[in-house]
Amino acid sequence: MKTTTTKAGLERDTLDAVGAEITEMAVAPMTPTETDVESAAAADVADETAEQALSGGATTTPWWRSAIRQSAPVLLALAGIAAIWYLVSLAVLPQDQRFLLPPPHEVFSRALTNSALMTPMLEALGRTVVVAMIGLVIAVVLGIGWAVVMSSSGWAERILYPYAVIMQTIPILALVPLIGIWFGYGFPARVIVCVIIALFPMISNTLFGLQSASPSAHDLFTLNKATALQRLTKLKFPAALPSIFTGLRNAAGLSVIGAMVGDYFFQQGPVGIGGLLRTYTLRLQMDALFTAIALTAVFGVLVFTIFAVLDRLVIGRWYGLKR
Amino acid sequence: MTRTLVMEGVSKRFDTGTVALTDVDLHLAAGDFVSVVGPSGCGKSTLLRLASGLDHVTGGTIEVNAHSTSYVFQEPALLEWRSAIRNVELTGELRGVPTSSRRARAQEALDLVGLTGFEQQFPRQLSGGMRMRVSIARALVTEPDLALFDEPFGALDEITRLRMQTELQRIFQLKQFAGLFITHSVSEAVYLSNRVIVMSGRPGRVVADIKIPWDYPRPPELRYEPEFGAITGEVSAALGEHS
Repeated sequence: MKTTTTKAGLERDTLDAVGAEITEMAVAPMTPTETDVESAAAADVADETAEQALSGGATTTPWWRSAIRQSAPVLLALAGIAAIWYLVSLAVLPQDQRFLLPPPHEVFSRALTNSALMTPMLEALGRTVVVAMIGLVIAVVLGIGWAVVMSSSGWAERILYPYAVIMQTIPILALVPLIGIWFGYGFPARVIVCVIIALFPMISNTLFGLQSASPSAHDLFTLNKATALQRLTKLKFPAALPSIFTGLRNAAGLSVIGAMVGDYFFQQGPVGIGGLLRTYTLRLQMDALFTAIALTAVFGVLVFTIFAVLDRLVIGRWYGLKR
Repeated sequence: MTRTLVMEGVSKRFDTGTVALTDVDLHLAAGDFVSVVGPSGCGKSTLLRLASGLDHVTGGTIEVNAHSTSYVFQEPALLEWRSAIRNVELTGELRGVPTSSRRARAQEALDLVGLTGFEQQFPRQLSGGMRMRVSIARALVTEPDLALFDEPFGALDEITRLRMQTELQRIFQLKQFAGLFITHSVSEAVYLSNRVIVMSGRPGRVVADIKIPWDYPRPPELRYEPEFGAITGEVSAALGEHS
């Protein structure tokens, strides 16, 4: 490891040398105009102050504006979906097949006013949200912990990484029946599906982030005799934070999917929205089915938006950026 | 007078078999500012890593008599998530210096490098030259007896580079540490140093040790004096003969 770094350093030396020679030649005739470098230095700092004043006001964006900016494209996409829906329903499908895709306003006006339908649906969605969030929290804690252990030594990484990859590459549908047999068909099994789906992006993004600090920064910590804990908390972890948030955003979306897959297959105990989707499909309750799909879509968008806003807020403040 | 840094017959061979340095002798005392120039890949950076203890010799001995050694890297190597002053405080934090004195010393160091008023700015909000100033402040805040510079101005544009040379010289005159400075620029080496060491191509060894006669502070116009040209010529010639 050390030797390869040095080798790369030497190669960089070569490039720099060429660059330095060129700049020196180019600058030689320019230097006589530099009469007083000292005062120029002061001017330099002054220039930079002016530049900063121009480059951005000190006001930070309020969170709601960030939320709108994050969700606007998604809302536009939803509008596009509605447009296509209308087009297919009214223009493509013949009258006698329209029940396969009734126009959105009919679906929602019938479904949303029917409290006998909506109350159990919202309750089921609530349960799925709980499963998804518990699954996400477990995946985040486990994923970050796993990555921290892997980043602590090359051996740990070589031993632990294959497990993460295997978990990622086995299709979840192949595992679901097994999970049912082992853990039953209720709440815990649903959470487990969630965790398995959401874990990999947390592990891989966190690991990537933990390894992203520059070799010089590591040298600086070494020279100041930093402990392993100091290196983790003051260098590796803060450096990893932007990647951790990327992982979090992906994991959140996946845990929603995981919770619904869990619902769909594990029908024991209180039913989740995934379970209802299956029931509606079997009974050909089209209005209810479309409403349930729409609800899960809104839920997914909401989760994505929340984590995207959180990302901007935390990382923006952390790095002193004005976005 | 005890020497701050004594290198005797130092050589370094990497695990890959590459011999970076052979038989290097180097002596540095407080008030010395020594620049090392040499062709690319001659082991100049390796020399600094050995002196700092980041890497170990495979032959010869190194003796460091310094209460504190600091290192300025090629790139500023600032922590992006810390403001300028908190970046300067980092070394104190790692060494367990109490918060109040740490903050005061960081402020002094920032004042010294001309960044008063920029304490709360984050690295991304600063220009390349200012980032390097923060990096130098971070190195000086520990009051080092030995300061190692690994080509710190290499990535800066030429105008900023000349300003930083003047700044560094002023700081050196004030602090009187023993400075070891790696550079590719002959004029930078001659302007800053009281001795310039010329190294041969790989494996690196010392081929010339040239004394620079002027007292500090040196005015920037010194660079246009014929005598300055003569000495840079001498250094360049030594470089050319052995590359």
